[in-house]
Amino acid sequence: MLHIVACIKQVPDTKIIKMNPKTNTMDRASAPAILNPYDAHAVEEAVRLKKRYGGTVSVLTMGPPPAVKAIKKCIEIGADEGYMISDRAFAGADTLATSYALTKAIEKISKIKPVDLIICGKMTIDGDTGQVGPGIARRLDMPPLTSVNKVKEINVEEGYAIVHRKLEDGYEVIQSTMPCLMSVEKEINEVPYSTMTNMLKAARYQPIIWAVADLEDVERTQLGLKGSPTIVSKVWAPTKPSGGEMLEGDAAAQTEQLLNLLLEKKELFAVKGGSGVEL
Amino acid sequence: MSFEDYSGIWVFIEVKDGEVVPVSLELLGAGKELADKRGTELAGVLIGENVKHLADTVFEYGADTVYVYDDAIFKNYRTESYMKALLECCEKYKPEVILYGATSTGKDLASAVATDLPTGLTADSTILDIEEDTGLLLASRPAFGGNIMATILCKKYRPQMATVRPKVMKALTPILGRTGRLVEEKTSLKEDDIRTKVLEIVQHTTKKVRIDEADIIVAGGKGLGSEKGFQLVHELAETVGGAVGASRDVVEAGWVEHHHQVGQTGVTVTPKIYFAIGISGAIQHIVGMQNSSLIIAINNDPEAAIFQSSHYGIVGDAFEIVPLLIQQFKQAFNQEVVDHV
Repeated sequence: MLHIVACIKQVPDTKIIKMNPKTNTMDRASAPAILNPYDAHAVEEAVRLKKRYGGTVSVLTMGPPPAVKAIKKCIEIGADEGYMISDRAFAGADTLATSYALTKAIEKISKIKPVDLIICGKMTIDGDTGQVGPGIARRLDMPPLTSVNKVKEINVEEGYAIVHRKLEDGYEVIQSTMPCLMSVEKEINEVPYSTMTNMLKAARYQPIIWAVADLEDVERTQLGLKGSPTIVSKVWAPTKPSGGEMLEGDAAAQTEQLLNLLLEKKELFAVKGGSGVEL
Repeated sequence: MSFEDYSGIWVFIEVKDGEVVPVSLELLGAGKELADKRGTELAGVLIGENVKHLADTVFEYGADTVYVYDDAIFKNYRTESYMKALLECCEKYKPEVILYGATSTGKDLASAVATDLPTGLTADSTILDIEEDTGLLLASRPAFGGNIMATILCKKYRPQMATVRPKVMKALTPILGRTGRLVEEKTSLKEDDIRTKVLEIVQHTTKKVRIDEADIIVAGGKGLGSEKGFQLVHELAETVGGAVGASRDVVEAGWVEHHHQVGQTGVTVTPKIYFAIGISGAIQHIVGMQNSSLIIAINNDPEAAIFQSSHYGIVGDAFEIVPLLIQQFKQAFNQEVVDHV
């Protein structure tokens, strides 16, 4: 039976977050905390694989106590179990320290039930790096499969997975041994509305929460701010451009001015189909 | 770890279809500046099968040294094989900085290498600088959906690593015939050591212009109201011979596929002309197109932020303006052709 662990994160919704113009910091209260959108697809994919092949889906997160809400969201999507590691010692972790802490938690989950597959979202919308998934894979000595937009086949008995990995201009079909780690693109699936049963289950659900002391073989120097090789030295607001010239008049006058601008660049239009590269 | 043992700025040279990809050439340009500032050398690491001859290109674009791993095991990019080669090379020659293009391959490789070394890795950098005396890399990047810029440092580890967005740095003008030191490395890797296989590579066979390579992009936003309204973007793109771009909202609404998305979580583009139609100009979109040579915005909201980032703006109804433009363009274009015959 397949045991899949999906790693998830609660993030501020960066699409609507407001900046404090005086301090150049984000006003976190202005944005609701949500399940990282990419992670919803990771959990959905895990649930779909469970339906296809049978098994269990566990979700794992690292975060402060309110992040329980993100786990409940995953239970709504169809996850079976939720684990959370929460401790002040994890605070300030960069991608390397985050992958270390999550790896320690996965090692502990593996003792409860061996893990065959780990699924992560492509990236988080607050960190925007996509580095934690591959980091976990390396630490657990699993092949990292990034940019996965389709899981074609999983064969637990023979221990392999076949996936499509998205490239800039297409995709590649990869066969990997299992266990392995996949980080998935949004396009891999659509997350449907939750069923009433799952919503009721989620409302009552309480995840298993571990502090650092509950994990085994942890080197504390590798956790949190202390364990993070990168530091943020400076933060600033992107410069606001001053804007250009507005083309005035009625629609015909406006488009005529625009056309004259384009005609100054007529060499770009010299060939039908433009000078872009045709594949 | 003694930092004095680490020297040289390295660029991972990504190869696709037998050629060096543009972002690697851009990074040689950026890396050259860092290397000059530090008074150290610029090197490229070239991994693949039948890639040795590409070292000529890498030298022409500024590298002093090229390390080559040319072996059948490197035929296709695979995390494990490329990572092991690069780790071995790092161990042997100890660079102070390694830069990678923020492509699917570059990001995948850099994440794995950073974990194994271990060292810090800054993702999707858009500005690079280095402290002359300490050699500290200052890698800056948009963060939190482009709402802020942040400078990231890695003080305690070497090499320092960053992935860098394509189309942000400038490649040097190649000096034909420029050459350098070629270091050929042998790998001890065996096929059995690698746990993944590439079974097939499928390239999109679309006739459409690729957005990251297009000279002209016509991009549309949620202001167009519906997938049907978005057809206007397709029509103008076809008329002017441009690629279709879109804001995140449009992609999330499913009007076009994700590979059309311009911005922080999409593609960074720098076309010669960028049309933004019905795009409000959220910061996460702006970071992906602000370096375009000519930005033209059409929006019915005079307060739309997009006008701040445009060279020319038209306040008006896109459904009136764009069809008119298409009509005028078609007429003018034909006249231009006649004039030149």
